[in-house]
Amino acid sequence: MWEYTDKVREHFLNPRNIGEIEDPDGVAEVGSIACGDALKLTFKLDENKRIKDARFKTFGCASAIASASALTEMLKGKTIEEAMKITNQDIANYLGGLPPEKMHCSVLGQEALEKAIEHYRGISHTKPDEEVICVCFGVTEGEIEQTVRQNHLTTIDEVTNYTKAGGGCKNCHEKIKAIIDRVYAAEKREERPIVKPKLTNLQKIKNIQEIIEHEIKPSLKQDGGDIELVDIVGNRVLVATRGACATCQASQATLKGFVEWKLRELVSSEIVVEEVSL
Amino acid sequence: MKTIYFDNNATTMVAPEVLEEMLPYFSQYYGNPSSMHRFGGQVAKKLHEAREKTALLIGAEPDEIVFTSCGTESDNTAIMSALDVNPGKRHIVTTRVEHPAVKALCEHLSEKGYVITTIDVDSDGNLDMDQYEKSLTKDTAVVSIMWANNETGVIFPVEKAAQLAQEKGIIFHTDAVQVIGKMPVNMKNNVVNMLSFSGHKLHAQKGIGVLYIRRGTRFSPYLIGGHQEKGRRGGTENTPAIIGLGKACELAGRNLARENGHVRALRDRLEGEIKKRIPNVKVNGGRSPRLPNTSNISFEFVEGESILLLLDQYGICASSGSACTSGSLQPSHVLRAMGVPYTMAHGSVRFSLSVYNTSEEIDFVIDTLPPIIERLRDMSPYWTADKAVCANP
Repeated sequence: MWEYTDKVREHFLNPRNIGEIEDPDGVAEVGSIACGDALKLTFKLDENKRIKDARFKTFGCASAIASASALTEMLKGKTIEEAMKITNQDIANYLGGLPPEKMHCSVLGQEALEKAIEHYRGISHTKPDEEVICVCFGVTEGEIEQTVRQNHLTTIDEVTNYTKAGGGCKNCHEKIKAIIDRVYAAEKREERPIVKPKLTNLQKIKNIQEIIEHEIKPSLKQDGGDIELVDIVGNRVLVATRGACATCQASQATLKGFVEWKLRELVSSEIVVEEVSL
Repeated sequence: MKTIYFDNNATTMVAPEVLEEMLPYFSQYYGNPSSMHRFGGQVAKKLHEAREKTALLIGAEPDEIVFTSCGTESDNTAIMSALDVNPGKRHIVTTRVEHPAVKALCEHLSEKGYVITTIDVDSDGNLDMDQYEKSLTKDTAVVSIMWANNETGVIFPVEKAAQLAQEKGIIFHTDAVQVIGKMPVNMKNNVVNMLSFSGHKLHAQKGIGVLYIRRGTRFSPYLIGGHQEKGRRGGTENTPAIIGLGKACELAGRNLARENGHVRALRDRLEGEIKKRIPNVKVNGGRSPRLPNTSNISFEFVEGESILLLLDQYGICASSGSACTSGSLQPSHVLRAMGVPYTMAHGSVRFSLSVYNTSEEIDFVIDTLPPIIERLRDMSPYWTADKAVCANP
């Protein structure tokens, strides 16, 4: 059984805005029945060019229904410019997170939104030259590239979770790897700061715990040291030193130079590590 | 909320009589059956009785029964043993619709250099026996074909297949996990070399499996250790589980008629009413010989996980072959092998009954299900009013 958040369950059991708007300003259909989920999104603007109503029809699992329901709620009252800024991560965050294997449901929502806005603006979405990388699920190079870039995906498994690409016959795995490598090579050249997806508190705490457990502790233990996570208050990570660290003169340098640096790199640039004695 | 358990191909309730039989063997008679003292010896005696009861259910001799930890261990042991005793042979014959306990092992062996032939099934789930017969070669070390499919309940002509293998001197194994306790099996009437089954599918506990090894079949153990199970499976016996399994086999033998009467009637009524009350449904494998307890039904244009989670709101437990429930992105390999179209495969639900189910439970499910399907179809872009529109099939 999937571990869905209460919010996902609630939106699945009581989905908002089911249906189709007659004479909509924007409309899009994405996904297909062969792929296991599909979404039709329609929206209508009011006189101030704000989204007055948004409705959906979907074929899919609980998280697909919840993602579509969340998206339509998020759209209401927004201008097109504001709506364009909604990412798949925003949809997942709105629902308190989605299981990794279900992230493609949020990506489907974002795709539908983009296409519906393009329809509203009269832009044709079809790019006939674009190569279909994953034949099983009909995922194009551009779709994979955009999702890798937006969500900072680094592995083929992640790309599969987010776009489904590579989840069938697996023949495209090398091509997906090449796209990931290309995106990161380009980012490195441009030296763009990596913008991390916004985390919920729960995700942040979980990430911090995992990094301390699997990356920081093993490294400290090589020198006979250890730390213990005491509490997390906002961006303040409170730790107690153990083992050799507790008596080491340089432990402050370790906490700032290694522990804090690692957490800033992997979780959030705003993390501050503080030592407490217990 | 009352639980309505229609997922007996996944696992079953431990029968009260089985639990009662097991309980003294945890903290009262906990001796090791291999010990010299009488305290252990009395457990060995009980173990022997359980072995006799287990053998009796399938028409085997007690010394042909080896207790293992689960169906998967039995399957793995059988196939690895057959390869071990045929070191020169590199070919395995199996089917496209096996349980992962066989399927994943064969895929693993394929990476190690073995050649695997997977026999196709037709749209009704029946095995292609011509293809099977032609696939047997001098290089074939083992055939492993399930007796009945866990998802659809379709029964394969395993006794005939074993005969063909024997004529060519090939070891034949069958995964009979879904069959034992649901239909009569008599090993005296066939030439199957090895047969696997599992306790928790017939109202014994989880963590106990059986590998039947016909006398005279060359065998090489998988777990190497003590002399337990006559050296065919090392490791201290799981005495409470084995004793419970013996009881469960005794009960299953008595319940066989009820499986094929009461349970079959419940299943048939469930299917009949669903077909009557809900449009665009199909029973997968419905035209083939099937286990009496299993029904695999596809609801067109809706997705299986959504159906299951809405049924769960009413305490109804079932399974699905949809992609979303499996964690993979494609619907069940069994339905794909049968060529079930995507519009149907994603919306498949498996109901699997047991002797403990009642007519009232069937009533409840057939009243609860139609509004659930209607609700999901109402929000499906492929379903308008009362006709189905498939945009991209």
